[in-house]
Amino acid sequence: MHEWALAESIVMAAVEAAQKEKLKSITEITVHIGELQQIEKDIFLFALNEIAKQQKPTIKNNAFHLRTEKSTLICKTCGHNWKYSDMKKKFSETESESIHFIPEVVFVHSRCPKCGSPDFEITKGRGVVLSSIKGLR
Amino acid sequence: MEPRTSVIEKRLKNIKRIIAVASGKGGVGKSLVASSLALHLAHKGFKVGLLDLDLYGPSSHIILGVKKEFPTEEKGIIPPMVHGISFMSIVYFTEEKPSPFRGVDISNIILELLAITQWGSLDFLIIDMPPGIGDETLDVIRYMKKSEFLVVTTPSKVAMGAVSKLLTILIELKKPVLGVIENMTMKDASFIEEEAKKLKVGYLGKIHFDEALEEAIGNADRLAKTQVMEDLTKILRKVNL
Repeated sequence: MHEWALAESIVMAAVEAAQKEKLKSITEITVHIGELQQIEKDIFLFALNEIAKQQKPTIKNNAFHLRTEKSTLICKTCGHNWKYSDMKKKFSETESESIHFIPEVVFVHSRCPKCGSPDFEITKGRGVVLSSIKGLR
Repeated sequence: MEPRTSVIEKRLKNIKRIIAVASGKGGVGKSLVASSLALHLAHKGFKVGLLDLDLYGPSSHIILGVKKEFPTEEKGIIPPMVHGISFMSIVYFTEEKPSPFRGVDISNIILELLAITQWGSLDFLIIDMPPGIGDETLDVIRYMKKSEFLVVTTPSKVAMGAVSKLLTILIELKKPVLGVIENMTMKDASFIEEEAKKLKVGYLGKIHFDEALEEAIGNADRLAKTQVMEDLTKILRKVNL
């Protein structure tokens, strides 16, 4: 359950930000989940809620809002752009799992579908990002 | 907002010492020194981790003969135990294919590895660094604040030219430098020792060129019996390792 480690980073970052802003409680945390990381949403949400239980400032029940973000990959050589979902079927189970752990290994296991270049970039939908926090002072 | 940086300190909390084996130059034997140092400490009964951060050309797994091992998932990823060492490398995920990463990708991979790897409690975490003073070195300095540096060079003036630059920036940033190891020496010369003295960095000694070493690569038991390991053990005594 590698989702747990990422959930922990989200909660710790939210708590740090809330302490900086002197919030007494956190009421809403929005998290964007990049497509490439292929997070198991249910497991991730379960981990977020479990880790959130013992925090200061307190985190309200059901505070987490998860938004999935589609990926955009752009080739630096020919300018072609595509999504991870367009090419997902071409990966073996091991390759797909490796991308789940470290999204950048997509550069290792794939090429631009148009020109075959390995020199492309992930401009959207890489991994887990803490997008916003709301709370009470 | 980048959440991963918030959890790194927690992941490294139960590690007593972090030693980055570094050099300004490639091909001087950093991976050999890092792997041998990890083996040496594990043999002494310490709990040891080894993190290969040479993301373009990882080689610690070749030196240690790591083949089928893979991390297990448990609230993150737990590195497999190899010859008594918790060993983590990008190679588990790249399957020996070429790794065309740009700088931003390198930093992202390092952040991800540091955020999700559950080392548990360790006496030592050894880092096999890539050459130079690029993203990996800057990220280790930034995120692994208690890291100490063990710097490797060969007797070459060319190698020491680049190594001096790494040492200069480590001194400028007030990072602890355990000292300089001179690897692959073939004759008695004092050039590296003098250069280290100029920079006020400890010169730890020589590892002699060992013709039999290549046959021990991939076999940790044989590696432990090489001239390299004998020389390294003498050197490490000087810094109480």
